[in-house]
Amino acid sequence: MKSVLSLQVALFVVIVAALAFLPVFASPYGLTLMIGMLGYVTLATAWALFSGPTRYVSLATVAFFGIGAYTVAVFSESMAYPLLLLVSAAIGLLVASVVGFATLRLAGVYFVIFTFGLAELIRQLVTWYEVNMTGTLGRYIFLPVTPEGIYWQLLGLAAITFAISWGVGRSRIGLALKVIGDDEVVAAHCGINVARVKLALFAVSSTIITLVGAIQAPRWTYVEPVIAFNPTVSFLTLIMALLGGANRLTGPLLGAVPLFLLFEWLSANFPNHYSIILGLLFIAIVFILPRGVLAFAEENWKRWRRHEVKTVPGVAE
Amino acid sequence: MTDLLTISGLTRRFGGLTAVDAVSFSVNRGEVVALLGPNGSGKTTVLNMISGHLPPSGGTIALSDEMISGLSPNRIALKGVARTFQLVRGLPSLTVAENVIASLAFGHRKLWGAAARTEALARLEEVGLAHRADQSAQDLTYIDQKRMELARALAAEPELLLLDEWLAGLNPTELRTGIELIQSLKGRGITVLLVEHVMDAVRALCDRCVVMNAGRKIADGPTEKALSHPDVVTAYLGGGHA
Repeated sequence: MKSVLSLQVALFVVIVAALAFLPVFASPYGLTLMIGMLGYVTLATAWALFSGPTRYVSLATVAFFGIGAYTVAVFSESMAYPLLLLVSAAIGLLVASVVGFATLRLAGVYFVIFTFGLAELIRQLVTWYEVNMTGTLGRYIFLPVTPEGIYWQLLGLAAITFAISWGVGRSRIGLALKVIGDDEVVAAHCGINVARVKLALFAVSSTIITLVGAIQAPRWTYVEPVIAFNPTVSFLTLIMALLGGANRLTGPLLGAVPLFLLFEWLSANFPNHYSIILGLLFIAIVFILPRGVLAFAEENWKRWRRHEVKTVPGVAE
Repeated sequence: MTDLLTISGLTRRFGGLTAVDAVSFSVNRGEVVALLGPNGSGKTTVLNMISGHLPPSGGTIALSDEMISGLSPNRIALKGVARTFQLVRGLPSLTVAENVIASLAFGHRKLWGAAARTEALARLEEVGLAHRADQSAQDLTYIDQKRMELARALAAEPELLLLDEWLAGLNPTELRTGIELIQSLKGRGITVLLVEHVMDAVRALCDRCVVMNAGRKIADGPTEKALSHPDVVTAYLGGGHA
């Protein structure tokens, strides 16, 4: 067990280190692609950290992503860059705590609708503020951050997110999340402080999502609420995590990489029909692979193995 | 003997319906007490209020002189109350062993890792389920799910164990094993309050019965005496037979 563990850790370190050298070889377009992909890998993994085991499907991803991006836009000229990231994370954490405290007692579809509404509400509030208080709708972001810098920051955040997700999965709090996902009444009767566990993980997940938005913001140079709070981000994150399997460490990664590449290709080649294809794809994934690719593969592997055992003469009798 | 559980004036209203109406009784330490009554008489509602699943509308519940009425279920669990549910509540996405570890890891002992696993296997052995430890909980039969739920409750090392029709639906052999299992708890100093319809089990197990009808307590005393109380006979069989 110990040696398997150290092998996994070593592999993880090697992969992250190899990825860190990528900007040396990649073309500018390749780097852009990698930034987008790392962004979604981190979003999907952070989303699954809370929503995977608890089954609280959140559509608030873009609310926090947008908060991160907007915080950077608003304070970009008045603060040092590292401080910008810290302030974004703090605002994300604060909003997540308030929202989580007020709403995590909602269950099932009510939670889904609430989180969707939250993202829209924040977008409208920001729009209202910008139009009535500052008199403009958009903002420019001029920060001396290179694409390589953004890439390395995202890589670091992705690595931290994986480490957190891995640690949570092996810890008592990870078990608490699964118990909550199965039955909150039983969870409470086992002695789990259900509200506190949910709030803590929702806050951690939302803070990571906020940071993804903050780190990527300088790429845009111009933001307005419609761009920063685009609900497609929430849906993409959700479908990526579901495709791979939201209950496994590498599930969101396995969903995010192919889907991100597919969406890139689709939006480049079918710009007018992109949303239609996206919608059909969502439906297909939910129908065909409701529990994700990894679970699907595992079940079929087991079935195939069982089948094989049965066909050996003498075993079936 | 001293009171472990003291309930006084306990009331629960659902809208216009009073499901539990000013019920008072107590359970001594080490006792096995049955809470009886026809369907809909409010027994499960009483258990739900003791475990914190439902807040009472009125009255008080004390566990060894400490007020627990109105506390959240996780706080009550940490004070030494464990329960099973009328409709079995397994944790389907976990293994059988993990179901038990759930109560070891967050109960007052906070066991984790190898210690939790060893303890979980011991608890499963007790209910005859150790050989299924690594199976998925959703693959268990109904009876085995009941066993698993009991192992989960026992793993919390409760002072007070609440069993809600735990013996219902067992076949005669399983019933005998079940009764023996509950009897063995008595020797370990666990106090049991059980809701049960299997009268043979009640007679075999219980020192005392509290009988409810339509939300009110109608009898409270040693098992045979309580069961032959005229009001109890009327409640179960109807007025013409009394």
